[in-house]
Amino acid sequence: VTLDRQFLEYPMRRHGMDHDRYAWSMLADRPAITWPGGKPLALWINLNLEHFPLNPKGEGFKPHGSMVMPYPDLRHYTLRDYGNRVGVFRVFDALKAAGLQASVAVNAELAHRYPALLRRVQATGFELLGHGWNMDSVHYGGLDEARETQYIADSLAALAPYTDKPIRGWISPARSQSQNTPELLKNAGLQWFGDWVNDELPYPFSTANGPMTSLPLSLELEDRFIVGENLHAEAEYADQIIDACDFLLEEARRTGQGRLLSLNIHPWVMGQPHRIKHLQRVFAHLATHADAIWNAAPSDIIRAST
Amino acid sequence: MSSAPKADPGLFDYWPYDSRPKITWPGGAKVALWIAPNIEFYEYAPPINPHRKPWPRPLPDIQGYGTRDYGNRLGHQRMMRVMDKYGLRGSVSLSTAVLEHHPEVIAMAAERDWEFFSHGIYNTRYTYGLDEAQEREMIEESMTLIKQHTGQHCDGYLAPALSHSNATIDLFAEAGGTYTCDLFHDDQPTPVHTRSGKKLVSVPYSLELNDTIVYVTNKIEPRRYGQMIKDAFDRLYAEGDNSGTVMCVPLHAYQVSHPHRLRAFEEAMEYISGHDGVWKATGREIAQHYLDHHYDDALASMAAVNAEATP
Repeated sequence: VTLDRQFLEYPMRRHGMDHDRYAWSMLADRPAITWPGGKPLALWINLNLEHFPLNPKGEGFKPHGSMVMPYPDLRHYTLRDYGNRVGVFRVFDALKAAGLQASVAVNAELAHRYPALLRRVQATGFELLGHGWNMDSVHYGGLDEARETQYIADSLAALAPYTDKPIRGWISPARSQSQNTPELLKNAGLQWFGDWVNDELPYPFSTANGPMTSLPLSLELEDRFIVGENLHAEAEYADQIIDACDFLLEEARRTGQGRLLSLNIHPWVMGQPHRIKHLQRVFAHLATHADAIWNAAPSDIIRAST
Repeated sequence: MSSAPKADPGLFDYWPYDSRPKITWPGGAKVALWIAPNIEFYEYAPPINPHRKPWPRPLPDIQGYGTRDYGNRLGHQRMMRVMDKYGLRGSVSLSTAVLEHHPEVIAMAAERDWEFFSHGIYNTRYTYGLDEAQEREMIEESMTLIKQHTGQHCDGYLAPALSHSNATIDLFAEAGGTYTCDLFHDDQPTPVHTRSGKKLVSVPYSLELNDTIVYVTNKIEPRRYGQMIKDAFDRLYAEGDNSGTVMCVPLHAYQVSHPHRLRAFEEAMEYISGHDGVWKATGREIAQHYLDHHYDDALASMAAVNAEATP
């Protein structure tokens, strides 16, 4: 079958991007960001608390981590739930021991299922982020707008009792957005999202309802990606994070431009007993550079960057 | 040319590695080293080719798109710093739409006297399904764009997203190309058959050392990638005592330039640069040297070896 003429036409070939969501710019050409205390590197650690239903519909797509066996896939259901019961407390302990803070992005269905977990999250004082309803409610291209609006409203309402501050930030399940997600997040009162991976520093993002901020969150440094998808050894995970930290510190010092290390962590991955010591090694390395690293809540990092 | 599937691409003759005329590189070098940064653009909303999906998720696939955009926003500048440090000029495999989207990136490469060759228009526009006239139009447009924006004649071709047709190699030769990067059958340049009889050289472009194949397909750890580059170099350098070899490291700024990865590449370049007898070349320079000095001998050698009597 010969292709239609449209395959040789390029209507969006122009200077800059082929969409109107954000402006084109290169990192090294931007005005320097300086973090509080003149520290060269900001550190954002995000924990994901997730619920993977036993009976996923897979609408849009099934995220990595979802059920893969014939029903009932108890092995994967329980391995994910493990993170909310056991793993997260190991990660909390590791953060505390290193004197670090994280944000916590929570699938809101967990607020209904496990209020005791949410009370413990609240007790940490960490910034709470919206993370959609559950991992079988992805915001995919083609999702009906009214349903997506409801996902967002339900999610924020369920989390609201567990924070005394308004929720400012959002990470979509599986970091996927529909064509409407930025507009709907803006309408719901959110200021920023952590879904995109095209940068290392926050940048302005246009929506039809006004500007938002995109705070990039590294996929390539994510535990689930390195250990779960690439199947690298736990020690390799730690080496890669440590190498990234040292690289960014050197670049920030050399250029005088503040850099950001973003670590996305899943207690159902790194909270396993054979993995936690490697996460502790990462945290210990970050803690040894406390004089140069500003570890902060993501909304504070955005505020400091503008 | 028929688009019917063939059992053999018919592009090159068998040529055993143990019976070839000696290749000599400029300055008596053992290895011709060339680095091929892919400077690419993947579209936010491409038309969906019925033969291959551009993105795994429904559009907009912000993860796939954003992963590539990272290379243009952050990666090239980081990679260029390493290239400069070791006196390496890139041979750019170019999604030629970047000439219009990001001329700032092109200017940085041009300032460094890098070569530009065609990698199609966008890396989300595949060759699959194009008829011969359509593919010729796409190839010629990409070559024209390179000439218009950089003043360089496009000598090399790597089909977009490594998507080919039966006619790809012939069309590029007929459009005035000199070398192809699409064949992975050898560690030395080889003549390629063309229906037009135009001379075309295959310049080795390693898939095994391609950072995207390494990191995405083979899921290899960064430090191991650095070691693989060093190990490949050691072997090709040793063999270069007998006859010149080619080593290519194809790169993508959206893979190699991540903060946990660039140091491994830098260490490998540091290691290689500690050796004498390395010709830091471009794809065009390797192809031209081969055409000038070795192409005819290669044809004669292949003819002779394939005419050996059956016992």
